[in-house]
Amino acid sequence: MAQETLFDKIWNRHVVADLGGGYALLHVSRNLMHDGGGGPLRLIRERGYKVRNPELNLGTLDHAVTTEPGRTKDSKSAFSGRLDIMREESKKAGVTLYDVGEPGQGIVHVIGPEMGYTLPGTLLTCGDSHTCTHGGMGAIAFGIGATEVGHVLATQTIVQRKPLRMRASFEGERHPGVEPKDMILYLIGRIGTAGGTGYAVEYAGSAVRDLDIEGRLTLCNLSIELGAKVGMVAPDETTFAYLEGRPLAPTGAMWDRAVADWRTLPTDPGAVFDAEVEIDMAEVAPQITWGTSPENVIAVDQRIPDPASLDDPDRRGSWEASLDYMGLQAGQPIAGTPVDWVFIGSCTNSRLSDLRAAAAVAKGRKVAGSVTAWVVPGSENVKRQAEAEGLDRIFKEAGFQWREPGCSMCLAFNGDRVPPGKRSVSTSNRNFVGRQGPGARTHLASPAMAAAAAVAGCIADVRDL
Amino acid sequence: MDKFTVMEASAAPLMRQNVNTDVIIRVERLRDLPRGKLGPYAFESWRYDLEGNENPDFVLNKQPYRESKIVLAADNFACGSSREHAVWALWDFGIRCVIAPSFGQIFYNNCFQNGMLPVMLPLKEIEAMAAEIEESQGAGRVKVDLENMVVTTPSGRTIPFTLDAIRRDGLLKGRDQIELTMTRVAEIDAFQKKDRERFPWIYARG
Ligand code: SF4
Repeated sequence: MAQETLFDKIWNRHVVADLGGGYALLHVSRNLMHDGGGGPLRLIRERGYKVRNPELNLGTLDHAVTTEPGRTKDSKSAFSGRLDIMREESKKAGVTLYDVGEPGQGIVHVIGPEMGYTLPGTLLTCGDSHTCTHGGMGAIAFGIGATEVGHVLATQTIVQRKPLRMRASFEGERHPGVEPKDMILYLIGRIGTAGGTGYAVEYAGSAVRDLDIEGRLTLCNLSIELGAKVGMVAPDETTFAYLEGRPLAPTGAMWDRAVADWRTLPTDPGAVFDAEVEIDMAEVAPQITWGTSPENVIAVDQRIPDPASLDDPDRRGSWEASLDYMGLQAGQPIAGTPVDWVFIGSCTNSRLSDLRAAAAVAKGRKVAGSVTAWVVPGSENVKRQAEAEGLDRIFKEAGFQWREPGCSMCLAFNGDRVPPGKRSVSTSNRNFVGRQGPGARTHLASPAMAAAAAVAGCIADVRDL
Repeated sequence: MDKFTVMEASAAPLMRQNVNTDVIIRVERLRDLPRGKLGPYAFESWRYDLEGNENPDFVLNKQPYRESKIVLAADNFACGSSREHAVWALWDFGIRCVIAPSFGQIFYNNCFQNGMLPVMLPLKEIEAMAAEIEESQGAGRVKVDLENMVVTTPSGRTIPFTLDAIRRDGLLKGRDQIELTMTRVAEIDAFQKKDRERFPWIYARG
């Protein structure tokens, strides 16, 4: 029998029609919508189409909601107009929507797995580039544009070209202080933000198998920062244990049938990938970005690199522009750089394990006087669980703000932003120019590293605390 | 959707790597500006300073590049966020074609939903073309012929490119994908019937 990869097995079971030239019309088993879903829903309604399968769609509110403590459904934010459009359109279409204050509300890539909606073996779309996150559950999940969302709503299918397959294997044990975020930032630093372009990436190796589901979701989340639309991890006992009993997961005899099927999904031993990358975990230290692309990343104990060392003029130019924007000097150690803001949140690092890691650093310490530090849980459920464990108290006692769930300062869409020229250490996924607000300077890091920066008042090596 | 067949126009060299869609259109402009009104905000973070003054050094603020219909870029153009507004902002600015060695994949797909042509050429070719344009101070025009899949540089050099047939046809005809897929409803019905039997838990929800 042909030896197949995880990706191929899932792809093949979703082909409705082969369109030739490597393209296929694929069935979409799950389409998730954030608060931007109102636009495509309205568009197809106005064009006279129905949502073909409302039961295969699910919506939440995340980008535009305020994260102000004590908010309600009526609270306004800089962009809350679109919340009402989403509410109105999903109701008209018969699509379930998790609203503010309800269990299920939260960042779309946090709630899919958490509610048991994202299942192994599914093909999942969402009008958001970080849809790759869901691949951590053993699904093919990718971001699409607004017009493509309309296509999915109307037809429950999507036209895609089959990508090549890459395997990134992380072998060995994680050093203390090294988190899943560090693993993926390290890989991006190594192969670049276009290194995965054209590929579906399967993360494998002993260090990936050892990760819990939340760690795998973090890993897959940054696939798009590698240029790959799809990142995935093979489903295993860890996946099944995580899913069992979640609100939307299958139950009873159906559960047993599903698990039996999911066990057949992992890549066959003899399957061949178009590209292979191997990472020795012994090399991976806590990471921090210094520039305005996620590939501008170094270990926290290293010095800021010098553009003069580059031969390629385009690359040299972008490094120089990055340093200029970031207000940094080549050759300086990055640790010790003073920090103004710390943001712990986003679909990369706002789950319970992330908050626990940050709280472990924050416990018994104080946020430096010069720093404003926020913790924004990824979902209503994460928030409630964290409060039940007392994590909110640890953060508040240390001087962090404990906020309501949403995307918040990852994208500054709701008005939560880092002021111009201010320096932030953020657990999110993009350090682009102006991403956290016009003129904001963002350093990406893990939750533990972000908490360390908050208490130290500067970029700090979490291993030294 | 507009068709794309052949076009001869001014081309603006924007030879930076990893230009992301956050920079092409800032998130604030996604709120209530519809397609058609985004042109003034394309590349806002680079075109203006924080007070809103134009940055005279930015290529799209210079003549004749304000009139360009083509952008030349380095690797991984329009990576990052899936916002289709990135295509719309370029479109509203007047851009109809981007030539780069590689593209952010979601942006690449979004182009074909909107009549925009993304052309992939080797970096060396694009750099040489950018040099020709700069030498002529922007006067040299670039011709992009989708029918024959060839780019002609200002000096008359012709560079062939490739594009998947399905994408090429879609642009040449200005085809709407939803309408096209709707002709396959019977196939989708049949697929779902079989799928429901094989993987009932997908449809069951809890
Ligand atoms: S948390 Fe950030 S990256 Fe994730 S979906 Fe929200 S805005 Fe996008």
